[in-house]
Amino acid sequence: MTFRLEKLFWSGSGLLAVVYALLPVAWIVSLSLKHPADLNDQRFFASRISFDNYRTVFSDSQFPAALWNSVGIAGIATLLSVALAMFAAYAIVRLEFPGKKAVMAGALAIAMFPPVAIIGPLFNLWRLFGLFDSWAGLILPYMTFTLPLAIWTLAAFFREIPWDLDKAARVDGATPLQAFVYVIAPLAAPGVFTSAILVFIFAWNDFLFASALTSTNAARTVPAAIAFFTGSSQFEQPIGSIAAASVVVTLPVMLLVLLFQRRIVAGLTAGAVKG
Amino acid sequence: MSINKAERRLGWLLCAPAVVAMLLVTGYPIAYALWLSLFRYDLRFQAQRSFVGLANYASVLSSDVWWKALTNTLLITIGSVSVELILGLALALLAHKTTIGRRSVRTAILVPYAIITVVAALAWKFAFDPTTGFVNALLGLQNAWLTEHWSAFFVIICSEIWKTTPFMALLLLAGLTQIPADLLKAARVDGATAWQRLRLITLPLMKPTIMVALLFRTLDAFRIFDTVYVQTRGAQDTETVSIVGYNTLIVRLNLGLGSAVSVLIFICVLLIAWLFVKGFGAPLAQRNGGRS
Repeated sequence: MTFRLEKLFWSGSGLLAVVYALLPVAWIVSLSLKHPADLNDQRFFASRISFDNYRTVFSDSQFPAALWNSVGIAGIATLLSVALAMFAAYAIVRLEFPGKKAVMAGALAIAMFPPVAIIGPLFNLWRLFGLFDSWAGLILPYMTFTLPLAIWTLAAFFREIPWDLDKAARVDGATPLQAFVYVIAPLAAPGVFTSAILVFIFAWNDFLFASALTSTNAARTVPAAIAFFTGSSQFEQPIGSIAAASVVVTLPVMLLVLLFQRRIVAGLTAGAVKG
Repeated sequence: MSINKAERRLGWLLCAPAVVAMLLVTGYPIAYALWLSLFRYDLRFQAQRSFVGLANYASVLSSDVWWKALTNTLLITIGSVSVELILGLALALLAHKTTIGRRSVRTAILVPYAIITVVAALAWKFAFDPTTGFVNALLGLQNAWLTEHWSAFFVIICSEIWKTTPFMALLLLAGLTQIPADLLKAARVDGATAWQRLRLITLPLMKPTIMVALLFRTLDAFRIFDTVYVQTRGAQDTETVSIVGYNTLIVRLNLGLGSAVSVLIFICVLLIAWLFVKGFGAPLAQRNGGRS
């Protein structure tokens, strides 16, 4: 009897949790689908569905450029960060050298670093170096701030790899390269992939650097573009377009998260450094 | 011996690119910020650049703006992190215990994590907006939430909680799965109630995980910027320290004064970390959960 009650309690709260997590998402999607004339009807659900907001946002001069910037900048930052982190994590897990604890501790310290503390110096330096409002000007900070997360996550994954397999393959006559390509790389791939997703989410998400270190369509990413969207007058916020743009920018990350949820959970909890 | 030396060199060689990148973009700028904070340096009046010692710190620390912002930041931090801990623990227990739809619950918990902060902040802003939002219609109110001090705080804290609870829940879930099931089963057989099991077994065993989760979320909440910027831009006395830093540096282009604010924020973060490690014994070097 109590068992059944307990079951009811847990499934009820499960439903509640799902509603809690999805409500704001459903709201922004519904807002984006509202007919422009219905935007102020104060209803949660769109009474008539229209794609006008999406058409507006894609024919806009800022949004497509911002989307391209976001994809490029987050993509390159992810590649670079994961590549560097792979070297470091491999060394930390497999090799004995003094200062390896310091590297891990330093990475941890940077993960807790308040980004706003370096916004001023970076702004000034980037102005002097000509990196202000450029892709490189954002890729560099994104790379740096995601390196700790990538190193910790990868190190956690690499620790689980049975490296003896490498030796065994070589005893069986494989060259070091073959052993790496056929034995170790497939085992390491899920970890590399996981940390890449986490890094990508961070870079895709960032607003502080994007708003402080960019000023035009040349490098302004979607989060900054959305926050600075203006309508026909400077003081009017085009809510429909903002909602549509928000949905578009959320989709890729949402897809990644839903498709690879298990790995992301594993990555976040195994090497969890920052959210 | 020589192998050892080679290994050492290789280790450093492999770590060097990452270390250099991290030092270049955080180590050097923070040193540069320290240096800049000692100067009167306003990009709009560059000719007046001069060494002023600690004068910038004196003017920041004697201004109401800083202390107000610090109070606001601490208020948001404590308000959101404490609710997140309870909510996160509830969600973690749920994801751990529930048998029906466990996968959907776990997936749903991840959704807020996948939403970019600016979008989450906008969704909440529009929901509470008196003309577009559904909240007033739902509650039968006419409030302009974001134009009043306390209700603006309420909306900001709610947005923060919604967005970051999943992270807390995931960390706590990792801690939960490490508790031996036999222990709980034995307690159950001995007649311990669910509440007793939670209070006497689960929570004490999870203490290290909870401390780490709290530390990370506190430091993260302390640098809150996106949500406040999007929802109020710091109006209605909702300025946080990050907003003050950003405005001084990027909007007013006062590098000297702004750098002093930056350094003070950095010191606050160090203080919080130190408090956690010394005061509560948070195991900082330990990896969270998941460790076998």
